[in-house]
Amino acid sequence: MRPSLQRHRSVLDFALSSLLRRKGRNLALTAVYTLVVFVLASLVFFVQALKHEAGELLEHAPDMVVQRMVAGRHDPMPASQVDAIREIRGVEEAEARLWGYYYDPVYGGNLTVMASPDPTLLPGSARIGRGVARNMRVAEGDMVPLRGYDGLPLLFTIQQVLAEESELVASDLVLLTPADVRTLFHLPEGLATDLAVKAGNPRELATIAAKIVEKFPDARPILKAEMLRTYEAAFDWRGGLMVVVLSSAILSFIIFAWDKATGLSAEERKEIGILKSIGWESGDVLLLKFWEGAVVSLAAFLGGVLLAYGHVFFFSATLFEHALKGWSVLFPRFRLIPALDAYQLTVLFFLTVLPYTAATLVPCWRAAMADPDSAMRS
Amino acid sequence: MIELAQVVKTYSAGLANPYTAVAGVTLDIPGGQLTVLKGPSGSGKTTLLSLIGCMARPTSGRIHLRGLPPGLLPQGADADPLEITSLPERFLTTIRRRTFGFIFQQFNLVRGISVLENVMLPTYPTGEDRETVEARAVTRLEALGMARHLKAPVDRLSGGEAQRVAIARALINDPPVIIADEPTAHLDSRLSAEFMELMGQFKGAGRTLLIASHDPIVHDSPLADLVIVMRDGQVVTAP
Repeated sequence: MRPSLQRHRSVLDFALSSLLRRKGRNLALTAVYTLVVFVLASLVFFVQALKHEAGELLEHAPDMVVQRMVAGRHDPMPASQVDAIREIRGVEEAEARLWGYYYDPVYGGNLTVMASPDPTLLPGSARIGRGVARNMRVAEGDMVPLRGYDGLPLLFTIQQVLAEESELVASDLVLLTPADVRTLFHLPEGLATDLAVKAGNPRELATIAAKIVEKFPDARPILKAEMLRTYEAAFDWRGGLMVVVLSSAILSFIIFAWDKATGLSAEERKEIGILKSIGWESGDVLLLKFWEGAVVSLAAFLGGVLLAYGHVFFFSATLFEHALKGWSVLFPRFRLIPALDAYQLTVLFFLTVLPYTAATLVPCWRAAMADPDSAMRS
Repeated sequence: MIELAQVVKTYSAGLANPYTAVAGVTLDIPGGQLTVLKGPSGSGKTTLLSLIGCMARPTSGRIHLRGLPPGLLPQGADADPLEITSLPERFLTTIRRRTFGFIFQQFNLVRGISVLENVMLPTYPTGEDRETVEARAVTRLEALGMARHLKAPVDRLSGGEAQRVAIARALINDPPVIIADEPTAHLDSRLSAEFMELMGQFKGAGRTLLIASHDPIVHDSPLADLVIVMRDGQVVTAP
């Protein structure tokens, strides 16, 4: 082995044995450190995976949704506008959609009720999301009552509970036939909630949107990119909120770590003196302390990141779901697909490992620069 | 071998309470002999050893070393005699590592690690092959009768055993000069006599020995070639 490598190996070996000699202190420090990395990494992983998931799902969403605005508010629009929009150059497909929100007073949850164009969905039947099924404790074949606009209950037979994969966005979804949606919400024929538009070339979307507004000045086109941005903003906001809530814990750790890392005990000071007196240079002592700090912070970083990975991707972020998922009653249950962002992991690494390693070096640097005899006498 | 010219060491110089531990010492310490620095506590013996052993720099004065191994320092810095007080830290460390072996009053072993590891410790920054170093450390410890304590933590050793470990550590880099500060302070008469016997062997092997002590077993020993008496940071009697 080359002398320089051998030097690192020997110093690293000694660093490890030094850490073991102060087992209690170092284990406590590593445990708290791991916890902080775990919390931060969980947030990063969770928000990142949600954004990724939302992005994937929006892949299949319409390129543009057109709504009608009346007095600055969303209002049902004439379904006949579909034909006029379909004639605009660049529009590949346009479809009138029928949907609305339904508040279930019994379970205290808001459901999204949507008309499905699927002809296999029978009148008087419903396809429901997993969250709805869980909340109402119903399964396929059961009947659920929904209160109509006039207060009278309408009974629907559960034809299907939607697949688990769709739970992130379809947890609160109830799919009915268009006629049933009209009956439930008292929506007259010829009116739609909004229009879904698909463009042949997504680059033309802005032009198409401008043409729609020109044709129907009361229309509001919403592009898919805008929806994606809204999702991202919502998840970032929730993640940020959690960071604010957790900042007191993180600050406590910083104070704890600073205290533990920057204070050299009399024994450590004497040890530095001994090492210098037996032929170690200041640089060798700093290398030793660097390895000690690096081992603690790297172990905490790797431990925290691995725990966070398991927490988010295997246990669906059980500890944070109520704060991060954000549905008031119908919490979706789903397993996130791992989506790691190397940039964010790198930022996390630099925010956790480097400050600690640097914090351990400063006091040692002072002790290591002193003459060995003064370090030993102090 | 070691020449000191008007060496002064003042601690806290420039502050409100400066303390001069060594006050203008001029000395010649011959090579291959046993020199004893004798004097009461606070007479400046330990400070003088620190200055000679490149563990501290004098406030003023010059220290010259003769007969250092060739190639120890890079060309240009390599001279004979070599004036060490103005050398940069890395050169001082190299000289300290290769020229001097230290035996401290409190032994200064690193607690919590084994006897063998303590002896090998000075070689870690050199990048020397671990197996070679380990073989050498084992040989040194065996020669000092410590073979059965190789893996024992130093915390469990008796005073005499701890000192033997400190001696083995001082010898690991095969230094030509052994510096010992009050080596018998924590030993009984029998162990002190054994220690002097070992010093006799080192002297016989051609090493230079420099011991600070106010123990009669040391300074009255027939092995001592030169006894320098110190008081209040100054040499009172010297040849």
